[in-house]
Amino acid sequence: MNVGSLVTMANQIADFFVSEAGVDAAPQEIASHITKFWDPRMRTQIIAHAAAGGAGLSPTALAAARQLRPPLVKAASAAV
Amino acid sequence: MLAINGRDAGTPAAQGESVTLSIDGALVTVPAGTSIMRAAAAAGGAIPKLCATDTLKAFGSCRVCLVEVEGQRGFPASCTTLVAPGMKVKTESDKLRQLRKGVVELYVSDHPLNCKGCPADTHCELQSVAADLGVTTSPYGFDGANHQAAPCDDSNPYFQFEPSLCIACSRCVRACDEVQGTFALTIAGRGFESRVVASQDEPFLDSECVSCGACVESCPTAALSEKPLALIGRPEKAVTTTCAYCGVGCSFEAEVKGEQVVRMVPSRDGKANRGHACVKGRFAYGYATHADRITTPMIRKQTTDPWQPVSWDEAFSYAASEFRRIQARYGRESVGGITSSRCTNEEAFLVQKLVRAALGTNNVDTCARVCHSPTGYGLKHTLGESAGTQAFDSVMKCDVIFVIGANPTDGHPVFASRMKRRLREGARLIVADPRAIDLVHSPHIHADFHLPLRPGTNVALINSIAHVVVTEGLVNEAYVAERCEPAPFQKWRDFVSQPKNSPEALAEVTGVPAALVRGAARLYATGGNGAIYYGLGVTEHSQGSTMVLGIANLAMATGNIGREGVGVNPLRGQNNVQGSCDMGSFPHELAGYRHVSDAVTRSQFDAEWGVQLEPEPGLRIPNMFEAALDGSFKALYVQGEDMAQSDPNTQHVTAALSALECLVVQDLFLNETAKYAHVFFPGSSFLEKDGTFTNAERRISRVRKVMQPLAGLADWEATVGFARALGYEMHYSHPSEIMDEIARLTPTFTGVSYAKLDRLGSIQWPCNDAAPEGTPTMHIGEFVRGKGRFYVTEYVPTSERVNVRFPLILTTGRVLTQYNVGAQTRRTANSQWYEEDVLEIHPQDAEDRGIGTGDWVGITSRAGETVLRATVTERVQPGVVYTTFHFPDSGANVITTENSDWATNCPEYKVTAVQAVKVQRPSEWQRRFHEQNEQQLGLLRGATTAARSRQ
Repeated sequence: MNVGSLVTMANQIADFFVSEAGVDAAPQEIASHITKFWDPRMRTQIIAHAAAGGAGLSPTALAAARQLRPPLVKAASAAV
Repeated sequence: MLAINGRDAGTPAAQGESVTLSIDGALVTVPAGTSIMRAAAAAGGAIPKLCATDTLKAFGSCRVCLVEVEGQRGFPASCTTLVAPGMKVKTESDKLRQLRKGVVELYVSDHPLNCKGCPADTHCELQSVAADLGVTTSPYGFDGANHQAAPCDDSNPYFQFEPSLCIACSRCVRACDEVQGTFALTIAGRGFESRVVASQDEPFLDSECVSCGACVESCPTAALSEKPLALIGRPEKAVTTTCAYCGVGCSFEAEVKGEQVVRMVPSRDGKANRGHACVKGRFAYGYATHADRITTPMIRKQTTDPWQPVSWDEAFSYAASEFRRIQARYGRESVGGITSSRCTNEEAFLVQKLVRAALGTNNVDTCARVCHSPTGYGLKHTLGESAGTQAFDSVMKCDVIFVIGANPTDGHPVFASRMKRRLREGARLIVADPRAIDLVHSPHIHADFHLPLRPGTNVALINSIAHVVVTEGLVNEAYVAERCEPAPFQKWRDFVSQPKNSPEALAEVTGVPAALVRGAARLYATGGNGAIYYGLGVTEHSQGSTMVLGIANLAMATGNIGREGVGVNPLRGQNNVQGSCDMGSFPHELAGYRHVSDAVTRSQFDAEWGVQLEPEPGLRIPNMFEAALDGSFKALYVQGEDMAQSDPNTQHVTAALSALECLVVQDLFLNETAKYAHVFFPGSSFLEKDGTFTNAERRISRVRKVMQPLAGLADWEATVGFARALGYEMHYSHPSEIMDEIARLTPTFTGVSYAKLDRLGSIQWPCNDAAPEGTPTMHIGEFVRGKGRFYVTEYVPTSERVNVRFPLILTTGRVLTQYNVGAQTRRTANSQWYEEDVLEIHPQDAEDRGIGTGDWVGITSRAGETVLRATVTERVQPGVVYTTFHFPDSGANVITTENSDWATNCPEYKVTAVQAVKVQRPSEWQRRFHEQNEQQLGLLRGATTAARSRQ
């Protein structure tokens, strides 16, 4: 996916949680939000981007991305 | 003409203490305030009448409903005379019959007597009354002055006005005033010259009439009658069903002859619409049998190939083989599906079930993504449930109505009529909207405050209103202390109290004078029951979710949630937006808004569906497009949705669709998205299937089949067939069984069944053991989440800002007569009122650019360029332009960008920086669009011919 879009989205999420939760708590809230709403490939990509320096990410968004855990191993679906 | 199965009690119901009286010797008990006419109807009698109908206040003009009341002189009209304890009424006597007969003979003296050729024959109230009184002709002859040569006005495409049949009872005029609230009709002249006229004696089509049809339905003769009555003939039966247009979800009686719809008559006991309708629901159903309908499944390898008509099984087999091939090559997560807010709950449930269970992925989303997904986020987090808090009836107990970013008279016209009725009764009105929508100033309606904010500054406005509430001591402290979490409230209080959030400080941002903001805030906080009604002008922003949080904050702070007359009320765009969301259409949630990571919830679905569901959220619609463009998303099953027209940045969307290896579209028509499809499943209209819709007030209503599916299968049956071809069996013989499964799996639906819906008419969820007949008002006593949760809502300006290159802000909306992408309404006569999208531009901006009304205007944004005709109007403020997206070749979404809400990715349709210049020709995109359109229609024509030859 276009990492630029993911960076923009992460920064937008950070804008909200910095004011709502405060700078210290924001990274955890941002990471929680991304975990709840982003597809695994998006999370994998932002994790990799953060590991590569996280160009474009705000400091808080970068801190959040570094807290993200890799997506869960896929469950087996019966029909496929 | 009244519904063929309709009963008319003559005057509206009253709600007073019980009163017992005697009517023709029988004791009758009715509420105080009831008319004698209605009391007689309650007792099983029927006093003859002409000017009375139970949707309108008593008028007392026809003098047919006279009765005798013991102890009273004369013969009072039973419609205007109220019951009293111990009253003794006689409704039949020789004298009464003589009086009534005399009156009816006068009516008949100026009325044609060729009833057999009349559209209202056997359902005409004058005919009925005359027959009962034995009046077969006029004793006065027909040679005198009369109105029989008055010309018929058939200008309106849906109904005609035949003045020779008019008895000047004023029911139509009063229906327009009292029910619709448009005040377009009047009785011109006096005495013999009295006649019904529209506006300034104009043809109906050119007048202010909004074609809601209330006048037609109220007419006791055929002076106003639906044209199909004459063309098709009288209906034979009526089927109760639910409208397929906006989120009001009106209940209708579909009156049919054979399998042909003759009329759609709003149900007087419909709890969402209370007997009213609009021009779309009542009249614009012709799309269902339009020649453009595709009724044969089709496939093709490439989107440049001609479509091949195939059998359903061949289509299912081909689509399934493609999806399996793609999953085998690119991975299980390379496919997904989109459910439709225009399909039933049962159909949305099955599509998401197919995606999750048969395809093994959570890559499912719904068109609510691009409209009300921020509502789900905001209300879930603050109140605990992703839905509006009230019933529509609640508006009748409002003292202050606060409309934010919604245009109810156009988008939700039937509810707007009730809102206007309440406003005429004295409720106060605040409108926050960049445009001067009709509610700001229209007949007998005038907003106390219009806050004409700049697009994109909603959060700044709500913060400044909250600032006033907090700093002027208007918080309902007792309510907040009892019902809300204290720490987040204190944090919010501290935040909004900051000087930076004062109306004065934010006036430069919002463009709204501080005095207006302060006045509006005081009125909302202190004016009694305050209710907020909002629409896409709230949600479709980069801070859409923040604004929903801010609205909930404000309602909680003022104690305006948890009883009738108040609340937070999202006005949903499409008929089943609420339902499609409820049904687990979002990629992160299963039915009932439970996250896919919740192992307990997942295990229930695993057991019911016989699979092991994914615990990770799937792709949202905009993410699907991004993934398609990067090559990780390759196949999509789309039911009843047209992203190529409705979603922002059209060129981005079509590039993504072009990158798919298999696109399956299920629709009534070859819509814009289907032009990029490889498989086409022909859809079924709401008239062709059973199911349920859930409207904006959480009301679940039945959709009932009135004709067989034109393509042979209802949409839910096609999804079952596709699933079977994928190797996943779904065992349903009727949609009621799907609802039973929904009820087993969804805590807020456990008490819902078709049997109960048939018994109650409709049900507002939650419906379960705690609320077996549903929940009209939510959050009574406590919030669904327990304590209400305040959130800090910092205003963050959108990145979509004006500059020298793009100095104007484009915002978008809809008009009354068209609906969404127009696929339905463009295929009806509604286009006579609105045949193309136009650009509204303020006179000052127009003059600066040399633009006049009717000129071609090129509108350019950083996403693209299109050309529309201009309408110069002060309805928009300087610096703001406005258009709609009802017509595909307008390319309104060529201009809008992929900017989106931070929490949900709902697109920011409402704010696009643009430039507008006078031009002489369509845009390059429009030229390409027309070329592609011609090509695709050519590829379809071959298939249509082949399908006909097969038949």
